[in-house]
Amino acid sequence: MTALPEIWSYLSREPLLWLTATLVAYLIGDQLSQRAGRNPLVNPVLVAMVLLGGLLWVTKTPYQTYFAGAQFVHFMLGPATVSLALPLYVNRAQIRRALLPMVAALLAGSVTAIVSALWIARVLGIEGPVWLSLAPKSTTAPVAIGIAEQLGGLPTLTAALVILTGIIGAVIVTPLMRLMHIRDWRARGFAVGVAAHGIGTARAFQVNDTAGAFAGIGMGLNALLTAILAPYVVSLML
Amino acid sequence: MILAVAILLICQLLGETLARGLGLPVPGPVLGMALLLLGCLMLPGMAARVMPTAQGLLSHLSLLFVPAGVGVISHLDVLGGSGPALLLVLVISTALALIAGVLTFVAVARLTGNADATEEPRG
Repeated sequence: MTALPEIWSYLSREPLLWLTATLVAYLIGDQLSQRAGRNPLVNPVLVAMVLLGGLLWVTKTPYQTYFAGAQFVHFMLGPATVSLALPLYVNRAQIRRALLPMVAALLAGSVTAIVSALWIARVLGIEGPVWLSLAPKSTTAPVAIGIAEQLGGLPTLTAALVILTGIIGAVIVTPLMRLMHIRDWRARGFAVGVAAHGIGTARAFQVNDTAGAFAGIGMGLNALLTAILAPYVVSLML
Repeated sequence: MILAVAILLICQLLGETLARGLGLPVPGPVLGMALLLLGCLMLPGMAARVMPTAQGLLSHLSLLFVPAGVGVISHLDVLGGSGPALLLVLVISTALALIAGVLTFVAVARLTGNADATEEPRG
């Protein structure tokens, strides 16, 4: 019989273990989220992140080892983004009618996301490359990292800020919209796609299909707009 | 299902090629989304073919962010000494962006006469 530490040292190097762990952690998060009646505070990504982060810490597993397994899940982000075309296609008539509100909300949401982050950070005494890394925080990670590099920010920090922004957006959007008595699913979805990219879009799909479709467009359009606006806004605020 | 996955990957591949080739500031998959939408508009059978797979992927979109999220948890030190301040910035700024976006959408929808279409009775 092979000793347990040997089995562990074999498994911990193989993608199988961490791929399985990722799916199981997500299933636990999703179950908890369902049991909590999709309460936004019990966000499945957040639950899975904390469970797996704890597991990596306890087993002293480096993130690179974990990612060798989890990359198969991560890879599916690309095809999933392409899939967003389907809800767009199904809701195309509704989207065409909402073209003007979308353009206006895109401008308002995108500019507010960039300017408010930079302004509040300055008030709190954040400066230099860390300050610059905040500018693209509401856009999807690959675009945000590209923008941060161009501005002189820190790519790794930007990636972390982007993910955290997504989770914060996904957690606060439902209570915030209830508080404001906004019942228009198009508006709710679009705003969360602009402010909190894919993680906000995932939350929107949990709540309502129309909201999900509009969130997907919001995310795509804001990736484009932030790439154009961020360097300009930063140069104005320097 | 394999056909659907192939269509999704082909769109992504074309998107990546276009984005890199033309130096566009948009990620390849987002361009791929636009290409697939064009495809669905031009070829009537396309949407029905891809739909089940796309719905399967989108209903578990959250799962796909877990690996990157674990990266943040295990690299929380990149936030450095300004961690709490940065979190405060993210919470306030995200809330403000949501409020600005949603209020603008609702106001312009009302002005252009298509408010609350989702609340119309269905059927």
